[in-house]
Amino acid sequence: MSAITETLREPGRLAATVSDWWVLTKRNLVTYLRKPDLLVFSTIQPVMFVLLFVYVFGGAFELILPPSVPYVDFLMPGIFVQTAIFAATQTGVGLADDLQKGLIDRFRSLPMARSAVLAGRTAADTVSVFIQTILMLIVAYLVGYRLHEGGFEALLAFIIVVAVGYAFTWVSAFAGLSLKTIEAVQAALFTIVFPFVFVSTAFVPLATFPSWLQPFAEYNPVTIWVDTVRVLTLGDLYSPATSPLFADVKSLGTLMWLSTLWFAGFLAFFSFLGVRWYRRT
Amino acid sequence: MSDPAIVVEGLAKRYGKVEALAGIDLGVPPATVLGLLGPNGAGKTTAIRILTTLLHPDAGRATVAGFDVVSQAEELRHVIGLAGQNAAVDENLTGLENLEMVGRLYHVPAAEARRRGEELLERFELTDAAHRTAKTYSGGMRRRLDLGASLVGRPQVLFLDEPTTGLDPRSRLEMWDIIRELVKEGTTLLLTTQYLEEADHLADKIAVIDLGRVIAEGTSDQLKARVGGEVLALRVAERDRAPDAAGAVLGLGPGGGNVDNNTGEINVPVGTDGTAILTEAVRRLDAEGIKLADVSLRRPTLDDVFLGLTGHAAEGGGDGDAGDEASGDGDRKSKRKRKREQERVRERT
Repeated sequence: MSAITETLREPGRLAATVSDWWVLTKRNLVTYLRKPDLLVFSTIQPVMFVLLFVYVFGGAFELILPPSVPYVDFLMPGIFVQTAIFAATQTGVGLADDLQKGLIDRFRSLPMARSAVLAGRTAADTVSVFIQTILMLIVAYLVGYRLHEGGFEALLAFIIVVAVGYAFTWVSAFAGLSLKTIEAVQAALFTIVFPFVFVSTAFVPLATFPSWLQPFAEYNPVTIWVDTVRVLTLGDLYSPATSPLFADVKSLGTLMWLSTLWFAGFLAFFSFLGVRWYRRT
Repeated sequence: MSDPAIVVEGLAKRYGKVEALAGIDLGVPPATVLGLLGPNGAGKTTAIRILTTLLHPDAGRATVAGFDVVSQAEELRHVIGLAGQNAAVDENLTGLENLEMVGRLYHVPAAEARRRGEELLERFELTDAAHRTAKTYSGGMRRRLDLGASLVGRPQVLFLDEPTTGLDPRSRLEMWDIIRELVKEGTTLLLTTQYLEEADHLADKIAVIDLGRVIAEGTSDQLKARVGGEVLALRVAERDRAPDAAGAVLGLGPGGGNVDNNTGEINVPVGTDGTAILTEAVRRLDAEGIKLADVSLRRPTLDDVFLGLTGHAAEGGGDGDAGDEASGDGDRKSKRKRKREQERVRERT
């Protein structure tokens, strides 16, 4: 009988769901606070990427880019998106860890929203993406990165980067739940994400790819996101008018539209799969 | 309130080819303890996972506190508590934070969740460690915290899956005290264990489970009575003579008995003829020149019950065997028995 009164006493269903999400988000944020090394080490790798590309490959790239476009300004949007995507790996790793420790079983036996474990984890990891993006912005500034457009465009670009990270935390969540071990999640995500990140315009203009790879590179979601951020921060410098290398760069309107479409598609598809997998009994 | 707290009817589950549960029936009256006793791979954990809504059964039905485990899973989760095999606590949270989190997920208001958390920590002697992360806890402390987490929601029915596996003897005794107290307060408990001693100490009723089937059910005394009368326990001085000794004495009782070639121990159920059989056994062994290190007549333990029922001891591996049909086929059974013997030997060497 106490079961019924318990149910009645329970706040509204929506309120309860929101509360579950918050409890789980808080739990994961506390973990970040207690393990600050996690954040530091996950930022070191992208910083090394920046140094590698700017100071090692940068000289060569400067030769092909139009003189009005500094390579670092071309590069950083790619690095921001790449960092956000790689940072999202943490979601799957964390879930696999929870699964192995039996925590997921406990959560699944509790009268909580079925979406809360994933929603809380992805939200907390997106906060981490947010912080890492800011850290990367500082590093970028130090190596000479400058914005060519206004503050509003920059803010929009920032939001897109964090949103991409958020979409990938769901990809990562699905990988974590389905692969179940930390090692498998890391290996699988790296293998899948690698071609998307590198066969994109993240580091080189589309025109430099061999023709058979160009169709993939052109519509690869990473290209779409990176190009959107690039147009928002470089403006007309990153357009067909500047250089034949940028002949295939789409207009900001088209890019925004495609970006949103890819983002919504990823989010819908992988959150659906993730929650379904979580429920699966 | 006389309705059973747990009802299980024909529950079955298979994983691919492996039949984890081959149709079990159980009933647990409120405020009692059912001990689900069986070796690894017997299907104990599968049963718990189904009853706590973590797994859907392939066939059969089950209710817990009146709620169907499939169609009323949502309601059911409000009234149960689960502590699984591995202490499921968040290592990066403190003891108190762990309990508060679980309380909040039962939708207990924050202040109340904190109060219950503090209460449980106090009760399980973790107050000093309340503000330390669970990472720093010992195995026994983690188990107690985990048990605490399963109690935050004030469950009517509590499920404990091998609550003392991996604990040192002292922590195990502490755990037993805690569990006994809970039951005194009126919680219905379903407990799985590989330890006969544990079931004997804690459970009102015991269901012996092997290869996905309940092969015996009753109170500890009833199960012991099934072995009948007393057991003659022998230990030979030279282990390599154990097979010879077994050959000499195993036929003496009304049936059954077992030998462990590794320890040189032989157990023979002797019914009510204890003294006569004891004398005969000693005479025969003496005639064969086999020296004894120990000999006694004793009341049967659950170990004897398990051996009598399954042909193998309760400890030791049964993993991977769960797929075998538990048929009455003698040949097959003895093959399985041999396989188990081999496994036991491998485990000990």
